[in-house]
Amino acid sequence: MSRGLRLIPILLLVWLVGGLAWRLVKPPSPAVPSQLVERAVPSFDLSPAVPTKPGLKSADLRGSGPRLINIFGSWCVPCAAEAPVLNELKKRGVVIDAIAVRDTPDAITAFLDRYGDPYGRIGNDPRSNVQIDLGSSGVPETFVVDGQGIVRRQYIGPLSQSNIPGVMQQLAELR
Amino acid sequence: MRRTIALALVLAATAALADSNLPPAYWANRQLPDARQEAKAEALMNELRCLVCQGQSIADSDAELAGDMRDLVRRRIAAGEKPSVIRTWLIERYGSWISYKPTTEAAAWPLWLAPLAFLLLGAWLIRRRIKLKGGA
Repeated sequence: MSRGLRLIPILLLVWLVGGLAWRLVKPPSPAVPSQLVERAVPSFDLSPAVPTKPGLKSADLRGSGPRLINIFGSWCVPCAAEAPVLNELKKRGVVIDAIAVRDTPDAITAFLDRYGDPYGRIGNDPRSNVQIDLGSSGVPETFVVDGQGIVRRQYIGPLSQSNIPGVMQQLAELR
Repeated sequence: MRRTIALALVLAATAALADSNLPPAYWANRQLPDARQEAKAEALMNELRCLVCQGQSIADSDAELAGDMRDLVRRRIAAGEKPSVIRTWLIERYGSWISYKPTTEAAAWPLWLAPLAFLLLGAWLIRRRIKLKGGA
């Protein structure tokens, strides 16, 4: 066997060990992005999640300006953590609609009383059907939707204060 | 005593993040009455990846989202939808990530071609050996 050929197993080993070490140091993100970004929101029609607000249907998203759709649950701790950010966005004039996943009206009302209520509409999604239809893999997640009902961006996990300028800029561009 | 109380508290504690306010969806942990439909649903659920407990199929996972996905799969199968249609519907939302069954997209070609490549490599190695022995 020639010398070049003998080197192949060693190079393969180096490549394998190098690859494993790299992934150990820099693990891949476990987030599964939605394939719906830059595509139209699928049609859905959710009943109101609380008696004091309207529900959410896909037709609501067309023709009345860009907005955020926040997917949340009153039972979800990171959702409570992102509440101040959503309240701040609401104060700056952002329209925020919501989809409440696997929740009850009483629990949602208590959640909004405690952490503030930035939402215009809240749709009730008791079996996560619309969440799955949107390609969302957990709570909280936030979709930026333009005035034509096209998804423009997905934020996976809670929004933080540092996301505010980016969200404001994107909404301004879509307006 | 204090230690016993602390231990009791730890044992009584529940996970804070995982559970929502609702019980599992109706078809999450219930078999379809039609055995053939249930078999189809079961086969598909074993090939769909859980988004929460990544690495488990939705058939194996205890995550609530996996339960809701099982409910969705069983409802659609019961409504007469083909498993391949449901799989495609999910791939349109989550990408081919969601399916354990490799697709035919370009990124998966090495996976399909690898067995053939190894077979050819093996044949070549054996041929070489036979030739060497024959020569000696």
